[in-house]
Amino acid sequence: MRHLISVLIENESGALSRVAGLFSARGYNIESLTVAPTEDPSLSRMTIITSGSDEIIEQITKQLNKLIETVKVVDLSEAPHLERELMLLKVRATGKDREEMKRMTDIFRARIVDVTDTTYVIELTGNQGKLDAFIQAIDPALILETVRSGVCGIGRGERVLRA
Amino acid sequence: MLLTGAEIVVQCLQRENVKYVFGYPGGAVLHIYDAFFQQDEIRHVLVRHEQAAVHAADGYARASGEVGVALVTSGPGATNAVTGIATAYGDSIPVVILSGQVPTAMIGQDAFQEVDTVGITRPCVKHNFLVKDVAELAETIKKAFHIARTGRPGPVLVDIPKDVSAAKCEFHYPETVTMRSYNPVVKGHQGQIRKAVKALREAKRPILYAGGGVILADAADELTALARRLEAPVTTTLMALGAYPASDRQFLGMPGMHGTYEANLALHHADVVLAVGARFDDRVIGSPEHFAAEPRTIIHIDIDPSSISKRVKADLPIVGDVRHVFADFLRILDEEGLSAPSEALAPWWERIEQWRARRCLAYEQPSDGLIKPQYVIDTLWKVTKGEAIVTSDVGQHQMWAAQYYRFDHPRRWLNSGGLGTMGVGLPYAMGARFARPEAPVVCVTGEASIQMCIQELSTCKQFRLPLKIVNLNNGYLGMVRQWQELFHGGRYSESYMDSLPDFAALARAYGHVGIRVDHPADLQPVLERAFTEHANELVFLDVRIDPRENVYPMIQGGKGLTEMILSADDL
Ligand SMILES: Cc1ncc(C[n+]2csc(CCOP(=O)(O)OP(=O)(O)O)c2C)c(N)n1
Ligand SMILES: [Mg+2]
Repeated sequence: MRHLISVLIENESGALSRVAGLFSARGYNIESLTVAPTEDPSLSRMTIITSGSDEIIEQITKQLNKLIETVKVVDLSEAPHLERELMLLKVRATGKDREEMKRMTDIFRARIVDVTDTTYVIELTGNQGKLDAFIQAIDPALILETVRSGVCGIGRGERVLRA
Repeated sequence: MLLTGAEIVVQCLQRENVKYVFGYPGGAVLHIYDAFFQQDEIRHVLVRHEQAAVHAADGYARASGEVGVALVTSGPGATNAVTGIATAYGDSIPVVILSGQVPTAMIGQDAFQEVDTVGITRPCVKHNFLVKDVAELAETIKKAFHIARTGRPGPVLVDIPKDVSAAKCEFHYPETVTMRSYNPVVKGHQGQIRKAVKALREAKRPILYAGGGVILADAADELTALARRLEAPVTTTLMALGAYPASDRQFLGMPGMHGTYEANLALHHADVVLAVGARFDDRVIGSPEHFAAEPRTIIHIDIDPSSISKRVKADLPIVGDVRHVFADFLRILDEEGLSAPSEALAPWWERIEQWRARRCLAYEQPSDGLIKPQYVIDTLWKVTKGEAIVTSDVGQHQMWAAQYYRFDHPRRWLNSGGLGTMGVGLPYAMGARFARPEAPVVCVTGEASIQMCIQELSTCKQFRLPLKIVNLNNGYLGMVRQWQELFHGGRYSESYMDSLPDFAALARAYGHVGIRVDHPADLQPVLERAFTEHANELVFLDVRIDPRENVYPMIQGGKGLTEMILSADDL
């Protein structure tokens, strides 16, 4: 089962490699990992997408909690939550493809954020499924580069993760 | 007053009441060694290899319950220390390792004797730090000690660049540490504890299964009190020998691969298992599937939640310090006024006595034959009246020591259970002797293991450590040979070592007493002399034992607790 785990962790050099090392040393899956400081610059927030049986997910949360720099760990996928990922896509935009690309961008409510005579850079946010669908919808031969940020997640409503 | 980083290191160690530092100097720690030279409160023990520095600090911690401290230089000093650090980590031993590092401005430039010590040690420490600013040094060392000794203990490394140990700064040692990210649980959940007490009282076939956590928590007395109240049998793992008196009737011996018949069968057939500070290791229960096939209620107490339900699902998990949780158990039993469960448990004890009657550890020592290793440990136990601190290395000799030296007290049995590191025996004995200078300290080793840290005989001479080394010399990597004999068709691939040194002569070359023992009749008198005539000297006994002897009982890797081989006849 796919899980989305959020971690509040001290913003120290080395904290990221402790988390990454934990996943590789114990053979846990890691599909994506995002990390950036929070409004309190001494704290970072990580979002990890992983998968495994209930026993493995239980071990993952326990092992993450065990890291000395970890302040809090929550499995967001246990309750209603939001997921967002940002994608930047550089595509070939010439001739009739140029118009088609613009049309797809509008349909997916994406934005064109860089324009040249021959290329567009398209920005799209959404959940993973929406980003995947966009890639499916356009001609793969036109894709020059794809950059995805990895998923960030947050609980809905009053469910708050703070130090 | 302004102090240099090096002086701050020394001050911090003094504030932590550190009495010994085990170390080895080098370029990156020269300032720190200079500061040591100018004080005489802390004694520095100069080892002959950094691996032994960490092992000795680890042995000191095991014997004393205090944090052990090691000091090594950058690069090769730090890499040599890694085996020691991983060994301490494997058994959750509180050790602080201070390592020198190249100056901050040179980090990342492949400088002379630069390695990424924090990176190399990250997977085998509880935590580690690189100190980039002298202003953070004191607080970091304080945190290192705090983290090493609290919660589930473990090694913590502090990497100190050379410019940091030279820089000056105002010294202030924090009295306490608070870390928002690190607050180990101490008290167990009261509701869970009540449920556990109830399950134990209602059990028809209870067993207490204690692991190294009981020793680490100094909870041996509480374990004993609880076992007596419940009248339940007790088995203690390799790491917990001495947590419950081996001479007591309720003690079944150690469980696992080389555990006793009665301990393994009782653990398997129990209806309620109280697991404390233990982790259902593969060397204890073998196959988790085989174990899980039998229905039973498992109560699991551990300070580390990640140890619970890792290999075997717990029905009643209790996270907390074992000593506190036991105190709660005992209080609840008092409140409820326990009637003696004797009658209810009589059939269970009857079964256990039948298993015990198999006398799975019986052996024979022919009076004119080869010396049997079991007889050596038995005799050692007699001569030392069971009161010695015994360290061991890794192999058959380790298992014989664990099986035949009957430990009645905690912190008397020091060995590498988790990592299984050959070479720990002698440095552990050194550390133990510094921790308990009045106690007889014996290292039971093998001719292969001892050679992994044999250079420390020189340290023993310098510090006049009157250790007794009992080398169970079978001329083989015996444990490897045993597996090859049993599971690899007797193809003894590289388990025989040619050209062994004359160990007795080697010991003499280091300035100690060296004696070779070949005949059973000589053993006891020689051992006695080692503790009387040579009480103040290091004595190396090179005991030539039966090279074909195997360790039994045995459960083959991956098999279950009921699939024991009791002797060669079972094969
Ligand atoms: C550092 C290290 N290398 C290899 C091993 C694998 N190993 C386990 S026991 C053993 C043989 C030990 O021989 P010896 O010290 O003579 O003890 P014996 O089994 O003969 O009593 C070996 C090689 C180990 N445990 N540690
Ligand atoms: Mg041997």
